[in-house]
Amino acid sequence: MINISEVLETNKMVLEENLDVRTITVGISLLDCARSSVRGTCDAVYSKITRIAEKLVKTGDDIGREFGVPVVNKRVSVTPVSIVGAAACRKTGDFVRIASTLEKAAETLGVNFIGGYSAVVSKGMTAADELLIKSIPEAMASTAHICSSVNVGSTKTGIDMDAVRLMGKIVKKTAELTKDSDSLGCAKLVVLCNAPDDNPFMAGAFHGVSESDAVINVGVSGPGVVNHVLKTIPDADFETLCETIKKTAFKITRVGQLVAREASRRLGIPFGIIDLSLAPTPAVGDSVADILKGIGLEHPGAPGTTAALALLNDQVKKGGVMASSYVGGLSGAFIPVSEDQGMIDAVNAGALSIEKLEAMTCVCSVGLDMIAVPGATSAAAISGIIADEAAIGMVNQKTTAVRIIPVWGKKVGDTVEFGGLLGHAPVMKVSEFSCERMISRKGRIPAPIHSFKN
Amino acid sequence: MKKIIITVVGKDMVGIIAEVSAFLRKANVNILDISQTVVQDYFNMMMIADGAKSSVKFDSLSKELAKIGAGMGLDIRCQKSEIFEMMHRV
Repeated sequence: MINISEVLETNKMVLEENLDVRTITVGISLLDCARSSVRGTCDAVYSKITRIAEKLVKTGDDIGREFGVPVVNKRVSVTPVSIVGAAACRKTGDFVRIASTLEKAAETLGVNFIGGYSAVVSKGMTAADELLIKSIPEAMASTAHICSSVNVGSTKTGIDMDAVRLMGKIVKKTAELTKDSDSLGCAKLVVLCNAPDDNPFMAGAFHGVSESDAVINVGVSGPGVVNHVLKTIPDADFETLCETIKKTAFKITRVGQLVAREASRRLGIPFGIIDLSLAPTPAVGDSVADILKGIGLEHPGAPGTTAALALLNDQVKKGGVMASSYVGGLSGAFIPVSEDQGMIDAVNAGALSIEKLEAMTCVCSVGLDMIAVPGATSAAAISGIIADEAAIGMVNQKTTAVRIIPVWGKKVGDTVEFGGLLGHAPVMKVSEFSCERMISRKGRIPAPIHSFKN
Repeated sequence: MKKIIITVVGKDMVGIIAEVSAFLRKANVNILDISQTVVQDYFNMMMIADGAKSSVKFDSLSKELAKIGAGMGLDIRCQKSEIFEMMHRV
């Protein structure tokens, strides 16, 4: 039988260490909503999403209350809209109408985001893909709850550099159209390589074509819990350190597994995966940077950071994999800058640069995330940063991403306030040397060889 | 309603268990186990209870207990037991 110390331990995680279930995301296939008219497509999309996810928010809140663990976000991910709208959309405005329909569905359901305003163009763009991508700035500026992602490369296909070049311009344009809110539109837009089909986390969530009609994916979190437990073993050897992180990751993930199973049962939608990511929030102590400090760094960015992050990421996966029957999504440690007070402090202290963050993305779960850069950064430079991250993902067979915000009118040293879970960010320096000539080349980077690993 | 875990945290005083168990009796909730400990001057009590025969719904049970707690300056939480079983048992 359960004993009192176990009960108190669990409740302390929730009450003092910010343990929560970060998101229940219902993935919904919209493949059967494609019609020959934009209006018909929009009607079918709205009715399917609001039908399947009708009880999502209430169910999430009920589960949170009954088990005593907050379920912070309730979200929906849909089939990449470039596919759904391909038959009907002839101009960018047509795709924006679908974005408005998704926004309306988000408001009806009370979910905090719908992800999937996306295109998967890892080898090339169809006419519809290109139209959707070109509609992203307007869609992001005219909606509040829609997230967009574009997958520009994969280990199997290489990198579509035409899409990379275009995305540099799209990120800039999105920043311009949302300049009144510190270019917030870019916080809802991510460029990926090797994007998973079942990711529950925004902004990169979409419901891939390999998925069934509807599925429940759950993202767990809990950097504060890991952080707290590391404080109890400040001088332990690596074996103890790793075992401790692993055990903690197991416990955190079990909560996610319980919530996912319950949500699946109550909503009558099959369980997909648990994404065991350590996702920080701006709350004090709920920080991946603080875990790195707990391992023994003065600030993230110090020599040894990549090794510490690699260790953390690996232990989280090892502990989490045993705790859940299906693990997927991004699974690992997120290192967003604006959403993590410890990362912000490291940037302000001069310890952390974009270049060091890039190195860290080689061993963690995603990529350059929520990084504010000067508004004057060129589209080519942004494409260059995207290409670098995509190359890391392609060669290392992992997901990488870029969510970068060239904040309109801001320069290095300024601070940007995004609010809520998105936090605030110091504007970081980008290399001022040009990559213009490389980015202007047409075509794609071929898929890498899978032998001669050096 | 299956097995529930009731936790009481706060300053120790006369009658905590009496208040909680009197309420559970009214709600027809059977107490299976009680344990308590004092951590850093704080009184911690845990009850494992069986609500299978209770006429009261989980939500109102939880709210009523929280209200009793607030009246005594205590934090009383009511949770379904699966979360603890999942986390601490392989």
